[in-house]
Amino acid sequence: MSTRRIETNYLARVEGEGAMRVRLRGDEVEEVELRIFEPPRFFEALLRGRALGEAPDITARICGICPVAYQTSACQAMEDALGIEVEGPLRALRRLIYCGEWVESHCLHLYMLHAPDFLGYESGIAMARDHREVVERGLRAKKAGNRLIEVVGGRAVHPVNVRVGGFYKAPERRDLEALREELERCRSEALETVRWTAGLDFPDLERDYELVALCSEVEDEYPIDRGRIVSSKGIDVAPAGFDATFEERQVPHSTALHARVRERGAYLCGPLARFELNRERLTPLAAEAAAEAGIGQGCRNPFRSIVVRAVEVLYAFDEALRLIDAYEPPDAPAVEWEPRAAVGHGVSEAPRGLLYHRYEIDAGGEIVSARIVPPTSQNQGSIEEDLREFVAAHTSLPDAELRDRCEQTIRNYDPCISCSTHFLDLTVERR
Amino acid sequence: MAAGKDKPKLAVWKFASCDGCQLSLLDLEDELLTLAEEIEIAYFLEASRATVEGPYDLSLVEGSVTTAADAERIQEVRRASRRLVTIGACATAGGIQALRNFADVGEFVSTVYASPSYISTLEESTPISANVPVDFELHGCPVDRYQLLEVVAATLAERRPAIPAYSVCVECKRRGNVCVTVAHGTPCLGPVTQAGCGALCPSCDRGCYGCFGPMESPNTESLSAWMRGLGAETPDLIRAYRNFNANAPAFRAAGERAEGAPQ
Repeated sequence: MSTRRIETNYLARVEGEGAMRVRLRGDEVEEVELRIFEPPRFFEALLRGRALGEAPDITARICGICPVAYQTSACQAMEDALGIEVEGPLRALRRLIYCGEWVESHCLHLYMLHAPDFLGYESGIAMARDHREVVERGLRAKKAGNRLIEVVGGRAVHPVNVRVGGFYKAPERRDLEALREELERCRSEALETVRWTAGLDFPDLERDYELVALCSEVEDEYPIDRGRIVSSKGIDVAPAGFDATFEERQVPHSTALHARVRERGAYLCGPLARFELNRERLTPLAAEAAAEAGIGQGCRNPFRSIVVRAVEVLYAFDEALRLIDAYEPPDAPAVEWEPRAAVGHGVSEAPRGLLYHRYEIDAGGEIVSARIVPPTSQNQGSIEEDLREFVAAHTSLPDAELRDRCEQTIRNYDPCISCSTHFLDLTVERR
Repeated sequence: MAAGKDKPKLAVWKFASCDGCQLSLLDLEDELLTLAEEIEIAYFLEASRATVEGPYDLSLVEGSVTTAADAERIQEVRRASRRLVTIGACATAGGIQALRNFADVGEFVSTVYASPSYISTLEESTPISANVPVDFELHGCPVDRYQLLEVVAATLAERRPAIPAYSVCVECKRRGNVCVTVAHGTPCLGPVTQAGCGALCPSCDRGCYGCFGPMESPNTESLSAWMRGLGAETPDLIRAYRNFNANAPAFRAAGERAEGAPQ
């Protein structure tokens, strides 16, 4: 029986360096690999001996696309260790800057990286030649997200205003008010985006994932910046329970560590999981848009994650406007703290899913050990299972088309290989 | 700029990095589509599957060299590029991952990975300029997107980019910021750090943390004395210099001097 190889040696339109390999014998899928050859940067090692207050700035450098996620999880892990609580307007600002990141990251992926798969273009820029208005709408939304990060955080990539305990300087009401008009415009356009994505053509694939996401302790609040870790199969733990619940293991067919639910298996985090576990917590506007887009009763097709991202963009604009309406500047830009020897855990919902940080600090405020588990390394198992199922059901496709669809299957996750690499075992393999 | 078949070819390459500097190109939301009409984006994997063979008129290189494979790859990139410009702290100084240069990399590997034998990595993270000749270095962690646009435009127009080499202090004066060191006693790397960010940190009531790397002729010795006067101790000084541009020669030397100073 003949062996077919479907390969992409350098995945495009993902963040970071990866490759894909599928091997078929006849109609049987023999091997599926998402290979990672991004060079490791050893963040967990280089954080040791640094001052605890440096963690948000240093870990931001893990990823230029989702630095706010790293800053937020790092701050919250440190605050947990220090025994301080960041509430009221400071927490609102933290959520607000995170809304900006969801918009910026989701719009980059949705318009520039993922939509070209559905419409048959090599890039978002090529797509703009025929769909200029659509791409311009996406860039406008992305810009508004970046602007929000800049106003709260000082800079869109690696914000400078975030610190353990809060911020260096809290924005004035008028700074945020000045964003309102553009945010309102983008919110209306985000509604159009949801409708537009709903009209795309989706390959069939329904998966029975164990979905893992945060669940906010605030009633009716969609999870962004914090919460308990919950799953569709009954997990419900505080951030400190992460290690007891999940493990990273080596699997025979891959050199990459895969996160699993202990004694159970692969799981899915990210937009689809957040949406499935929290969709009754969306704002009425976002919930209606989801219903109109045909996912109001749920969505287990990973190709439809583009619709879920569009719904989350709409939600993020809606939530940002609500936070701006309610904003009263804090008395102080940060909660003061004194170092103490302790261990702290922090979680937040990065655009791509759950991001866990754990730090041990000493009495002088130096980091003794660090552990960071980013969403893409958690999703690796599910990415490969998706590929396996998709290929098994579509073996009749010609190689080139099958390869394109496999790439699309990987892009459903908006994988961030730059993030995940520091935490994966890998071998360098270049053609 | 030239039109049709004569459009200059742009390539964007990634080495060890966070993607943030090449993202800055995509963050030029108002200019991106116009830029794409003026130049041919011939190789930019983060944005496009379509790739065009070299040679390229301009290569933008993000990231530092940390593996033997990448040390070879940068040679190929150089050979294929008429002009090569490095963007960001990783590419111009080795980045935050150059903290390994001050430690035992084998121990770093075994701290992070369960099976260290799988990991192929060099002992040092080096800037691109330590590996191949570079035509221009654009500082920043991340780079400023408008400076990036200026560098692309200037390089393709065969002129020197208008990128100031003075310190962040000049930008603070220009913005009318109150000096955080003078007024609040906050340690600040602004006097020795190259401008380009727009004095972001002092504008947030925070001392500059040097993410644009050393300015042209930084007086780190004087700054270190000032910082000690403000209460900074040796470990604080070392951390201040050993950050995103730890391996930039001036900051490297300043950190080593702080380390060797009497306690």
